[in-house]
Amino acid sequence: MNKEFKILAIIIILVAITYWGIEPYAHSKMHPHHEPATFKYEDLKPLALKGDAQKGAQAIMNNGCTGCHSIKSQNIPAPMDPVSASASYGVNPPDLSNIGAVVDPKFLANFIKNPAHAALLTHKFNDTKPFPMPNFYGSDQDLADIVAYLVSIAPKEISPKDAFETACGRCHNLRYDKWTVIGEKPKFKNDVEKADFELKLAKYETNLKKYLGTTPPDLSMFIRSRGPEYIRDFVENPQKILHGTAMPRVGLTEEATEKVISYLEKVGDRKKEKRDHLGIWVLGYFVIFAFLAYLWKNKIWSELH
Amino acid sequence: MAHFEKANSVYEWLDQRLALDKLWKVLAAEYWIPKNINFLWAMGVVLMTMFTILVISGIFLLMYYKPDTKLAFDSVNYTIMQEVWFGWLWRHMHAVAASVVFLVIYIHMLTGIYYASYKRGREMIWISGMLLFVTFSAEAFSGYMLPWGQMSYWAAQVITNLFGGIPFIGDDLVIWIRGNFYVSDPTLTRFFMLHVFLLPLIIMMIIGLHFYTLRIPHVNNQDGEEIDFDAEAEKYKAGLKKEAKVIPFWPVFLSKDFFVLGVFMIFYFYLVFYHYDFAMDPINFDPANPMKTPPHIYPEWYFLWSYEVLRGFFFNVGPLSAMDMGLIAFGIANVIFFFLPWFDKNEEVAPASRRGGFFIWFWLLVVDMIILTIWGKLPPTGFNAYIGYVAAVGFLALFAALPALTARKRGLLMFVILTTIVLFIAGYLEYTKTLGNGFVIAALFVIFYALFFLSPAIVKRVGGAR
Repeated sequence: MNKEFKILAIIIILVAITYWGIEPYAHSKMHPHHEPATFKYEDLKPLALKGDAQKGAQAIMNNGCTGCHSIKSQNIPAPMDPVSASASYGVNPPDLSNIGAVVDPKFLANFIKNPAHAALLTHKFNDTKPFPMPNFYGSDQDLADIVAYLVSIAPKEISPKDAFETACGRCHNLRYDKWTVIGEKPKFKNDVEKADFELKLAKYETNLKKYLGTTPPDLSMFIRSRGPEYIRDFVENPQKILHGTAMPRVGLTEEATEKVISYLEKVGDRKKEKRDHLGIWVLGYFVIFAFLAYLWKNKIWSELH
Repeated sequence: MAHFEKANSVYEWLDQRLALDKLWKVLAAEYWIPKNINFLWAMGVVLMTMFTILVISGIFLLMYYKPDTKLAFDSVNYTIMQEVWFGWLWRHMHAVAASVVFLVIYIHMLTGIYYASYKRGREMIWISGMLLFVTFSAEAFSGYMLPWGQMSYWAAQVITNLFGGIPFIGDDLVIWIRGNFYVSDPTLTRFFMLHVFLLPLIIMMIIGLHFYTLRIPHVNNQDGEEIDFDAEAEKYKAGLKKEAKVIPFWPVFLSKDFFVLGVFMIFYFYLVFYHYDFAMDPINFDPANPMKTPPHIYPEWYFLWSYEVLRGFFFNVGPLSAMDMGLIAFGIANVIFFFLPWFDKNEEVAPASRRGGFFIWFWLLVVDMIILTIWGKLPPTGFNAYIGYVAAVGFLALFAALPALTARKRGLLMFVILTTIVLFIAGYLEYTKTLGNGFVIAALFVIFYALFFLSPAIVKRVGGAR
């Protein structure tokens, strides 16, 4: 009996060393360590002035924001359909209804003032190739008012799916939940509708690829291929993890990032809850199985020695 | 025709025609196993269970999997993992079992080596077992391609490319294996065929052979003791259970196996539900993209040691390219275990702890293979490459030294040790200055390999074992 425990201990130690070497240790060597996300955006200037939401409603009109952006919750429609917008700007400008619910207010102000700088894309955009959204040259008070307005119209509680659509959905497909960069894939009545939609999608994706230099990946399986920590840190600062990437820093709050992750988990690892739950029962079964087998073995082997 | 009585029950009816009683006795109730064993003797039954799990889960997966480069990824990750009832469970069980089965195979193999269960009549057990190892490897490799993820594609690209190193026919062979100039749809469909039909069929036949080879020499025991199985079986049947050195397969042997199996299943299902990333690499959840090479390409963990033997030879030596040397070493590593019964000149069947130098040899082999496995995954840059080189040379040297060691040929053993030291110095020289002395090192390699292939023959000619 003693000998069997000794053998088992040796095997466990050797397997543990090998496992440690090929998993945690090897992966720490392959993926250099980076600081975890703080969502503080400390490189950006804090908001100095207190904004007035009502004045902001006016300022957003005066400064021409709605020339490109829709605010559907306030009945301000998009000036262009997504495909035409992508032809003009590379990507469809976001609807601003929910932006205040997912983006950090400080980041929002800095982004409006100088988008390429806040998005950490100055390596892609400069004076000769300007970012599609122009810098804001209005007063700081106007800026603060606009931010206050966007926060005031945003819903207090946003669903994980809406958070994903606002934050990621204009560049990334999510085919396992029928999401495309031009919106949810509808039920087609006939082949013409289907072909029409696919043509639009193809046009949009071609424009997007020209704009970014690469096609942004479909995120359906990212919860399994990257895992929650990677997604969290990457969203907070893409350049830190994938230097030179065309992905902008989008300035999500910590809560909004968690919502995006929970949505990706729901889409890419839908059976997680079931798996965790069933696991306990199966393990329980084999604990009982092993115990009964042990009793039976003892009964039989007691006659042998 | 034989005489048949009227049967009184269905069982009796069948027994008259199929000799069920006798069959059961031959296969189980009077199939004798030594009593002097430990839980390592249960690995065969654990392996059989894992293989059964693989076959059954595989059958369920096969009902929804689509072997087409456009459909494969989504058929696995969406249809099976999300839509099919418990599809995710079958997939997790299949993937984790495919990985864990190799852990048990390695334990089973090393048990055989430790207790000298490969010689003195047990050679065919060893060879059929090694055939199973090779076919399981092919089965695992072909299966890893099927989800058509990034590592499926790139591992296939790298491994099929290795065949290009074979002289004269290499380039054509690679195209023949792939069915195209690069890994693509025909590659996937043919590996699908291999994975779900040809290889499982061969494996099942070799499993039958493996069981059959146990019949005559019988299972070994903890002390390598020679047992008169017929006499001991008579004792057992006469009720002298305490005195008999044997036990029947059913129920005595299996009662212990079931317990070991139960404990193993707790471990296995823990991995299936809560700790599967080691077997289901996250990178393979990215769809295959021939335009985007992943920064790190590595095989599954159970191939890492032989992969590192290949990668360990990374600098050219005179006329020999690093690639050629690596391929030769890789080729040797993949077949060398087959020859173990003839490399070990010692006829004694006993655990390694009672075989003198062999004990050291065994543990050096284990340590070296663990080092090869770990460094096979680490990026082969800087100092890591040299650790890989030393471990790869060490692996070959261990097998080259075995005949000399076991036949107690001190001179020959010294020669192997010196050759190895010289090779290590060669690596050191390469480390300090990357060029020069090519001819000398090439000559050393020639000597080393000559020694490697010829040493069993030399030992036999010069005198051989005690």
